[in-house]
Amino acid sequence: MINTFVGNFGHLMAIVAFVSALVSAFAYYHYFKANELEKASWRRFSRISFAIHGISATLIAFSLFEIIYNHRFEYFYAYSHSSKALPVHYMISSFWEGQEGAFILWIFWNVVLGAVLIRVNKVWEAPVMIVFALVQAFLVSMILGVVIGDLKIGSSPFILLRDATQAPIFQMNPDFVPEDGTGLNPLLQNIWMVIHPPTLFLGYASTLVPFAFLMGGLVTKRYSEWIRPALPWAIFSAMILGMGIIMGAYWAYVTLNFGGYWNWDPVENAVYVPWLIMVAAIHTMITFKKSATALKTSIVLVILSFILVLYATFLVRSGVLGDASVHSFTDLGLSGQLLIYMLFFAVIAIFLSARAWKHIPTSEKEASVYSREFWIFIGATTLGLMAFQVILPTSIPVWNTLVESFGGISNMAPPADQIQFYTKFQLWFAVVLALLTAVGQFFWWQKIDAKALKDALITPYIISVLISALIIVLTKVYDWQYIIVVLAGTFTITANSVILSRLIKKSTFKLAGGSLAHIGLGMVLIGIMFSSGYSDVISINMSGLTYSNSWEDELNKEHVLLWINKPTQMKDYTVIYRGRQKKVVGIPEYVPAKILESTDQVNEAIALEDYKDHFKKGETVQLVLEENDYFNIEYYQNETLKFSLNPMSQFNEGMGGLISSPDSKIYLDEDLYTYVAAMNDHSDPDWKEDEMYEVAPGEQFHVADFVTYFDGAEVLKELDGYVLQEGDVAVKAKLRVLDYDVEKLLEPTFIIRNNQVGKIPVIDTELGLKISLENILPEDNKFVFKVNQYQKDYVVMKAIVKPYINVLWVGTIIMLIGFSVAIFRRFDEFKKMRDKGMEV
Amino acid sequence: MKKGHIIGLGIIAVAIVIIMTSIGDASSYESFSTALEMKKDGEDKPIHVVGQLKKDDAGEVVGLNVREDKVSFTFVLVDNEGTEQEVFYNEPVPADFTRSESVVVIGAYKNEDIFIAEKILMKCPSKYQETEVQAAGM
Repeated sequence: MINTFVGNFGHLMAIVAFVSALVSAFAYYHYFKANELEKASWRRFSRISFAIHGISATLIAFSLFEIIYNHRFEYFYAYSHSSKALPVHYMISSFWEGQEGAFILWIFWNVVLGAVLIRVNKVWEAPVMIVFALVQAFLVSMILGVVIGDLKIGSSPFILLRDATQAPIFQMNPDFVPEDGTGLNPLLQNIWMVIHPPTLFLGYASTLVPFAFLMGGLVTKRYSEWIRPALPWAIFSAMILGMGIIMGAYWAYVTLNFGGYWNWDPVENAVYVPWLIMVAAIHTMITFKKSATALKTSIVLVILSFILVLYATFLVRSGVLGDASVHSFTDLGLSGQLLIYMLFFAVIAIFLSARAWKHIPTSEKEASVYSREFWIFIGATTLGLMAFQVILPTSIPVWNTLVESFGGISNMAPPADQIQFYTKFQLWFAVVLALLTAVGQFFWWQKIDAKALKDALITPYIISVLISALIIVLTKVYDWQYIIVVLAGTFTITANSVILSRLIKKSTFKLAGGSLAHIGLGMVLIGIMFSSGYSDVISINMSGLTYSNSWEDELNKEHVLLWINKPTQMKDYTVIYRGRQKKVVGIPEYVPAKILESTDQVNEAIALEDYKDHFKKGETVQLVLEENDYFNIEYYQNETLKFSLNPMSQFNEGMGGLISSPDSKIYLDEDLYTYVAAMNDHSDPDWKEDEMYEVAPGEQFHVADFVTYFDGAEVLKELDGYVLQEGDVAVKAKLRVLDYDVEKLLEPTFIIRNNQVGKIPVIDTELGLKISLENILPEDNKFVFKVNQYQKDYVVMKAIVKPYINVLWVGTIIMLIGFSVAIFRRFDEFKKMRDKGMEV
Repeated sequence: MKKGHIIGLGIIAVAIVIIMTSIGDASSYESFSTALEMKKDGEDKPIHVVGQLKKDDAGEVVGLNVREDKVSFTFVLVDNEGTEQEVFYNEPVPADFTRSESVVVIGAYKNEDIFIAEKILMKCPSKYQETEVQAAGM
């Protein structure tokens, strides 16, 4: 039976949230304008309306999750993003797999941030919350799903499947509910996808806070006072965005099979760019607090970071990227709304800052080369140029659309080799940044002239050259470009470590945020250089095949074909593919797939054999996501098994084919990263023609390429799945098939009942064999076997060694700790001033 | 000249370099015929070609030729002008390849007969097709 209540309730809450957001904006506007007498009542009204908004927004989220959690497949959202087999934590991922869910998440975070702001900052409440409420109205409109005439506003996640599709089944039976949903994209079935999107959207949401303070400052003519309350939030935003980016990169590394953590895909770029700008904004804001310069730059950067987040959303969700991105985001018809959203705030921000521009205090004096302001400014400029270099080519599809909408023709495409294209700029910009942070930190903590600077820098310089020399020699970095990267990285690490140790000695850890973040930057730089620059594909195909074309021989084949059980040499390792495995609930290790037979029930299988102490033959076991196959690949060195890896693959009909996740062997100094690129499809084997063998017991013969022993036959008293009657004769032949070091027992059976012959063949999918006992010739003491061959099981695999990737991950963690320390410090500063009543 | 001006000029210079390289390195969407002309003119820059896999009357993909070691393959792509071209891709066949609605190949002609794709982007049929809902209901 169709449950329409939850959907209607959710839809109603969306409308309530939309209206209450508008009411809040209106109320806060009056609170802002009201005289002292009326202020209190307007404030109460504003807060109540925002509370209603917050509650209804939370209920939207609750309704949608209820639909997913209770498998209400009559709803399009649950049908297309979830399925019964999903464990609860992946249902959470289903929630934000769709765009509507992502918007709800964003709305929810804004509510949380708004509530926090109302609590901690009463002075700025009115102007800040006007901006919040307006943003919320725009965001809620994305999921409104209201149609007025021809105008469709928003795409509701609460529509029923029968309304979303015109499938004929609904004409026959409008109350039809599908048995199961199409499931969550397997690539998103990863623990990082449970936490990465909320983090990223919190980052997106938090860029609103500094922006809202800025707008408040511009309207109330407090052109510089907005910086103090905004600063901890700007750092928070940069930290969360950064964390979201890193989680995304890590997710890509452990789940996707493009062989790395960063691909310069438009979707990645769209988050990277606002982050760069936000980091630049933090730096200029801090400078302003110290020395009253760079206010205008800060204003521009804060506006840019907010607008760029909206631009990123527009790029990713409007469908304008089309062919340019491997991430497929369908156009929900929201592009117009997104565009209006972005332009609305862009126009307001530009208008307000232009109006205030000549009143914004600037410092007339030229910044000296020996001032921190100068170096910070250069650093912020570098960050800005980095952002510019990325956003420009990423916007090529927008450019094409723009030209075409004016009737022109533009066939520009993004650069073919994106990684090489972006790296050649970003790498050098990053080197410049690293050097700037090293020098800049010294300026930061003391007034310095040329002489003092030289004295301060000489020790870290010498230390870092020595360390770099050591790194270069030990790790054989002989490329001049990479040598420079190592130098710049170690220089910023040592210089900032020197500062850090001084700071800790002198005062508290509270001031250490900057130097910690910069040490992290240095490590990230070195980690990226090693893991990407020196990543080494070891699965070079050495099959020795020659091709008909001479040009094809010149190409490096970067994958190996591994036949089951066949040892294959791969650089320093001998690897053997040992077959497919499944994950069983409650068993820590993988279980061979061949001893499990799936039942009609989702994620359930019957054991065909005993497996260690875990289960017995005939028991029913629960599988963790039955579509997932884990390919067991053993790595040998000097004939001893060193380790095995189990890269995952899922053949998912609904999602269109094979989806692979890598598995890596993680050492302290490198990762061995492997994934399955292609596999054998034995679901519907195309058996080759019959081959007949006449063999006597004890004889050895060849089946296909396999040495096979016929060990004799036995008469059976009982037979699985058959009831033997009086007079029946059942004979089982015992064949031992040898495949390299593996011996397999295959036992085809032969039954005679009332002169009728029944044959039960054995099928071995791993060897690609079907053998049946065709006949028994007692006079010759011979058995006749019929053999059909298909194809041995195989995988095509890629393996890459990524040196020192841990330096990158550790660096990112240190950077995040640095950000956290800085947030703590700046918020503390703000709180002290506020409690002293200095915040006006 | 003030220091500010020098920095300003420097920024503008870098920005111009960025814009010029972006334009210079940007690829373009071509058809096989224009791509072949580019090759004959000695231009080896990788370009994008959008097309569909060649299919027979029954809708089955034809011309897919997987190499014996399964790590590379060739296929026939029909571009939007109807030109058929054999394309080589030095990777295993992507699993949903034959189901894709349209294929974008990024690469260049090796010689006049063969186009080598460095990268393939696939547009797959939407996973919420009406027929699938129907199938789910049967």
